[in-house]
Amino acid sequence: MSTSLIGSLQTFPHGVHPEEYKELSCNRRIERMPFVELYTLPLSQHIGAPSKVVVKEGQKVRRGEMIAEPGGFVSVGLHSPVDGVVHAIDLFDHPNGQVLPAIQIRTDRFSTQQLQLKPVPPEEMTTAGFIKAVQWSGMVGMGGAAFPAHVKFSIPEGKTCKHLMLNGCECEPFLTCDHRVMVEYAEELIDGTRILARFVKPEKVYIAIEANKPDAITLIREKAAEMDFAIEVVPLEVKYPQGAEKMMISAILGEEVPSGKLPLDVGVLVSNVGTAVAMSQYFRQGLPLIERVITVSGTALKRPSNMLVPIGTPMRDVVDYCGGITVPSPRILLGGPMMGMVQKNLDVPVVKGTSGILALTDHEVRDLDTYSCIRCGRCLDACPLFLNPALLGMLSRKGLWEEMEENHIMDCFECASCSFVCPSGIPLVQSFRVGKAMIRERKAK
Amino acid sequence: MKTIISTSPFLHHEATTPKIMWEVVYTLIPVLGVAVYYFGLSALLVSAAAVAGCLVAERLFDKKKKAIGDGSALLTGVLLALCLPPGFPLWIAFLGGMVSIGVGKSLWGGLGQNIFNPALLGRAFLQAAFPEAITTWDLPTGNYWGVRGTNLAMPFFKGTPVDAISTATPLSQLKFSHEVTSTMDLLVGNVSGSLGETCGLLLILAGVYLIARKIINWRIPASILATAALFSGILYAINPQYPTPQFTILAGGLLLGAVYMATDYVTSPLTTKGIWIYGFGIGFLVVMIRVWGGLPEGVMYAILLMNAATPLINRFTKTRVYGHEK
Repeated sequence: MSTSLIGSLQTFPHGVHPEEYKELSCNRRIERMPFVELYTLPLSQHIGAPSKVVVKEGQKVRRGEMIAEPGGFVSVGLHSPVDGVVHAIDLFDHPNGQVLPAIQIRTDRFSTQQLQLKPVPPEEMTTAGFIKAVQWSGMVGMGGAAFPAHVKFSIPEGKTCKHLMLNGCECEPFLTCDHRVMVEYAEELIDGTRILARFVKPEKVYIAIEANKPDAITLIREKAAEMDFAIEVVPLEVKYPQGAEKMMISAILGEEVPSGKLPLDVGVLVSNVGTAVAMSQYFRQGLPLIERVITVSGTALKRPSNMLVPIGTPMRDVVDYCGGITVPSPRILLGGPMMGMVQKNLDVPVVKGTSGILALTDHEVRDLDTYSCIRCGRCLDACPLFLNPALLGMLSRKGLWEEMEENHIMDCFECASCSFVCPSGIPLVQSFRVGKAMIRERKAK
Repeated sequence: MKTIISTSPFLHHEATTPKIMWEVVYTLIPVLGVAVYYFGLSALLVSAAAVAGCLVAERLFDKKKKAIGDGSALLTGVLLALCLPPGFPLWIAFLGGMVSIGVGKSLWGGLGQNIFNPALLGRAFLQAAFPEAITTWDLPTGNYWGVRGTNLAMPFFKGTPVDAISTATPLSQLKFSHEVTSTMDLLVGNVSGSLGETCGLLLILAGVYLIARKIINWRIPASILATAALFSGILYAINPQYPTPQFTILAGGLLLGAVYMATDYVTSPLTTKGIWIYGFGIGFLVVMIRVWGGLPEGVMYAILLMNAATPLINRFTKTRVYGHEK
C-alpha cells in the first residue's frame, strides 16, 4: 500500500517499522458472524470493577437486554448478544488467562433475533445524563485496553477538553478492523463524534489515520464536508506504536503528556474510532455494546476476514467460520502481534476489548536464539518514551527493582518495540512486565 | 491442534547479532583485498594467524561451546590483523589473537561484558611485548606471492631475518624526518603501514555503507573526524609545521579506528550525548598523542582510553524520558 500521501507526514520520535501484513484482510468487507449456540460473557471485560449480575439461571433474556449492571463508577453494563436463556452463571476461562465469573447464554433457536430497541436521543440530555447513558450502554474503549468510555468522557472540574482526537491509526500489524470500520461506517463515525463533541465541547476535533489507509482518509474528509462537521483528518506516518495515545498526541500537537498524568491534563481527549461508531449506534438506534468488528487473520488461517461478532462468541466458532486453521501447531492470539495475548486454545470468548484473532505460523514468528546484550543501542532508538531498555533489562535480570523504578520503568506501556529490534533476542519487554509487577507488589505491602 | 505458547511481541526485526557481525566481516573483505594487493600473500597469512588465535581462544574459554557461532571472534581477529604490519611474525599474530579474545573478552565474561575493544587490547599487548616487530614496516611490493621472511620467524629466535627492509609510515616520516606524504597516496593506500589502514578511500566507502545500513552510529566517526580535523586545523593555522587536517585524517589508523574500532557497540557509550563526548575525546586525544606524544600514532591509545571512560560516560549521560523534565 502507498505510504506517502503527502511529502512528509507528522509522527512521533523513535518507534519501529514491523512488516504490516494488512493486505491479508484490509480489502475484505465486514461480514456478520452467524449466531451460534452458546455465548460466554465475562463480568470483567473492562478495566475496573466487574459488572453485577441482574439475571438468574434459567431466565429468558432478549437480545440487547441488560444482564449485568455497572458495579461501581469505573464499571459498565453488560447486555445479552442474543435472544435466549441464561444457561449458567459460573467461572469460565477468560482471554486474559484467568478463570473469572461469567454469564453463559444459550441461544433461542426459534427466535428471529430481531432487535426491539428505542433510540436514546442525546439532544435533551444533561452531561451527567449522557455519562450515565454511556456507562449503562456498556461502552468501553474499543482500541484494546477496554477502559470504560464514560470515565474518559467525564471531564473533571477545572479541566477542559481543547482537542478531541479520534484514533484511527491502527498501527498493530495484521489488524484492519478500524480501517474497515472507518470505510464502512464513516457516517456513524462522524455522527458519534458529533454526539461526543456536544458534551465534551472541544475547540477542535481531529481524526488521526496512518497513511496506509488512503481510502479512509479520503472518505472521511468527504463525509465530514457532506455532513457539515468540522474535523481535521491528520494522516500520520506508518510507524509503530503510532496509535498509542501519547504518541498520537506527540505527532499531532508536538506536546508530551507529563509522566503519571492523563491526556486531559494537556487538554486532549482521545477516543477510538470504533467507540465513536458504537456511540452513534447506541444513541440513534438504542443498540448497546453487544457486538463489535474484529479482524481474524494470520497465515495459519484459511480465510482472513473482518467480522462483526456478537460479544461472547467462542473464538473457535469465529475461526471455524473463517475456514479454520491450516497448520498443526499455530500461535493463537487475541489482539495484535506486538501487544496481543497468546491463547492456549480456542475456548475463550471474544470480549469487548478484542480487536483481532490471529493465527500465526513460524513464517512470521521466528524462534530467536538469544545472545548477550552487545549494547548496540537499537532499543534506545526504538523506545518511543526515550527509556533505556538495555539498562532496564540488565537491572531486571539482576532483580534491582528500585533501580528500575528510578529509571522510570513505570512509564513503560509495554509496546514491545525494544524486544522487536533487539538483535540478541533478549526478552526485554517481558522482563519489564516482571519488574513492574514486582514494584507494584512491593508498593502494595 | 497443538498451540504454541509464547509472549508478545510475535514479530521481530530481521537483524540478529550474528548477522550484524557477519555483515561487518563482509565489509572487511575489500579492505583485506586491498591489503593483499599492496602487501601480497603476507597480508592473508597474518590475517589467518590472528583469526586462528581468536577462534582458538574463543573455543577454549567458552564453556557453552556456542559463542564461536556468533561471528564476533572472527571479526575481532580480522580487525586485529588489519592493524598489524604485513611482515609481522605469524606466531606473534596468533598469540595476539589469543590475547585479544582471552584477555580482552573471555576474562570479562564473554561477549558484551568487556570494557576495552578486544582487537585493540590485543594490539596494545603486542606493542608492549614486541615493540620491534610491530614497528617494522615495509613498502607495498608488487609481488603477490612473495612471503616476507619475517612472517616465518620462529618464537624466541634472535637475529634479523635476511630480507627485512624497514621503512617508515607516513606518520613516523612526519614525526621523525618531517616529510609529508601526498594526499593522493594516502587516499589510494600506496604507502607503508598496517594492513588495513593505508587505503583511506576504501575505509571511507566502508564507513558510508555501514552508516547507510545503520550498523554503526554515524555520530561516532563524524565526531572523531570532525574533532581531529578541527583541532589539527587550528594547530596548522597557528603553525604550518603541524600536519594539515587532511593529513591528520588520512594518515595512520584514524579512519580504520573511527569506522571499525571506536564503533564497537560493546565498548562505546549508549546514549547520543555520551557518543558525542566519546567521539570528541578520541579525536582530541589522537591529535594530542600524535603532536606531543612520544609515539607517531595515537589512535589505539585514544580509543582504549575513551573505552575506559565509557561506563562513566554512560552513567552521567542519562536520556531524558518522555513526560519528564530534564
